[in-house]
Amino acid sequence: MQELTIPINEETIRCLRVGDPVSLSGVMMTGRDTVHKWMVETFIYNTRQPQGDDLDVYEVIKPLLNGGVIYHCGPVVAGLETREHQFVAAGPTTSIREEPYQGDVMRHFNLRGVIGKGGMGPKTLAACQEVPGVYLHAIGGAASLIAQAVVKVVEVYKLEFGVPEAMWVIEVKDFPAVVTMDSHGGSLHAEIESKSRTVLEELLVIE
Amino acid sequence: MVDITEHFLELVRLAATDLPPDVEISLTQALEREKTGSAARGALETILKNVEIARRDSTPICQDTGTPIFYVYYPEGWSTRRLRAQIESAVAKATQRTYLRPNSVDPLSGKNSGDNLGGNYFPTIHFEEVEGDTLTVDLMLKGGGCENVGAQYSLPNTALGAGRDLTGVRKVVLDAVHKAQGKGCAPGILGIAIGGDRGSSYLASKEVLFGKIAEDNSDPQLAELETRLTEEANQLGIGPMGFGGQTTVLGTKITSLNRLPASYFVSVSYMCWAYRRRRMIFKDGEVQYE
Repeated sequence: MQELTIPINEETIRCLRVGDPVSLSGVMMTGRDTVHKWMVETFIYNTRQPQGDDLDVYEVIKPLLNGGVIYHCGPVVAGLETREHQFVAAGPTTSIREEPYQGDVMRHFNLRGVIGKGGMGPKTLAACQEVPGVYLHAIGGAASLIAQAVVKVVEVYKLEFGVPEAMWVIEVKDFPAVVTMDSHGGSLHAEIESKSRTVLEELLVIE
Repeated sequence: MVDITEHFLELVRLAATDLPPDVEISLTQALEREKTGSAARGALETILKNVEIARRDSTPICQDTGTPIFYVYYPEGWSTRRLRAQIESAVAKATQRTYLRPNSVDPLSGKNSGDNLGGNYFPTIHFEEVEGDTLTVDLMLKGGGCENVGAQYSLPNTALGAGRDLTGVRKVVLDAVHKAQGKGCAPGILGIAIGGDRGSSYLASKEVLFGKIAEDNSDPQLAELETRLTEEANQLGIGPMGFGGQTTVLGTKITSLNRLPASYFVSVSYMCWAYRRRRMIFKDGEVQYE
C-alpha cells in the first residue's frame, strides 16, 4: 500500500503503476458532471461568460487543484441546515461521463489525480501521461465505508448545482483506492475491455 | 384511511441501508471464488465491509440512492391519491434524515428539488388493486450508474448475428454485459424482458428484478437461459468493479411479454451489486418487512 499525500509531486506519480493500491491523505475536491461542464465552458474553452461568483470560485479552486485530486462523487451530506456539513455516504460515481472534459481539466489545473469508478478512455489516458497524473479507482457503492475516510468538510462551492453536483472541499485520511490508469500509458480498463471482447466474439459464434 | 407514512419511511430506510440477505449471501459466495490477494477479492471484501457498516449505522449503502421505484398492491377501498401523498411525504422525510440523497433534478433548469420529489415520475409509483385485505408495497432503489448501462435491442441484429429467438436473445444480452464492463458496479444482476413495446419491455425488465436471485424461473426454457447467461457473462472475466475476475454477474432474471408481429425487443436492466429492494406487508394494522 502506497501512502500518498495531496498535493502529489511529479516523481511520486511517475512511480505509480496500474494495480498499485494507494491510500490518500490531504485535501481534495469533489466534482462531477455539472462541475466539469462548467469548468470547461467557463474557463477552458471560454464558450460561456463567467457569471455570479464564478471568477471568485475559480481563484479559490485553482491552488487547491494544482498538484491536487478531484473526486467523482455526489455525496449524501448531513447538516445542510446548520452548515455543519458531514459526509454520510460518499462512494465514487461513474467516471466515463467526464471523458469529454477530463483531459483538458487535468492540463488546465495541473491535476495529479482523478478518483472515480469504472475507468476512463484514451483522452484521459493521454492527459495522465502528459501532466502527469493517475486515475484512481475507488470501490463503487462502498459509500458508508469511504465516508469514514472523510475527516472534515472544509468548504462547499456552487451548492446551487445541488448537493450531489456541488464542489465539496474535503479533508481525507487513508482514503483507499487502486491505480487503474497510470502515467505510462497503462490502463487496466483497456486491458479488460480487450480481453473480454475476445471471449465475447468466441461466445457470439456459438449458436 | 389510516396514515402509514411512518411505515413507508421505515421501508425506505431499510431499502437504502440494509442489503437483502440473498444479495449478501451471493456476494459472499462470489468472494470465495476470487483468488486471495486479487483486486477482485479486495473489492468484494470492501463491499461486504461497507454493507455491514451501512446496516450498523443506518447510513446509505451507496450514496446514489437512485430512483425510488414503488409497486403498491392495494386492497379495494384504499385511496391511491392518499397513498401517493403518504409515500411522497415519507420520501421527503427520508431525504431530510439522509437515508436518501436529493436525487430529483429538473432536466431543463438543472435544479435539484432537494427533497426527492418532482412531477409524477419522481418517485415512481405503480398502483395495482388486489383481492383480499393485505397491502403489499415493493420498493427498489435503482442507482444511475447501473441504469446508464441498461440497453434495449431490436431483433434481428445483424452486427451480432442475433435473430428472433432465444439464441438471439442470448447474444444481445452478452453484448450488453460486455459494453457495461465494470461501469454499472459489477457484479450486477441482469433483469431481462423479451417482447413488449419499448416502454413495457423496459418496465418488465425492472419488475423481474423484484424476485430473489436464487429463485428458479417457472419456465424451464427461460430457467435454462438464465443459468447459461450467468455462466457465460462470467466467462467474459470482467469481474467485480471491472478489475477482472470470476464474477461479473451474480444472477440473471428473465421474463417475457407479448409483442407485436413487427417488434421483437430485448431489454436489459442492469442492477448494481447494491441491489436494494425491500417489501412491506400491512394487514390488520400490523406491518412486516421483508
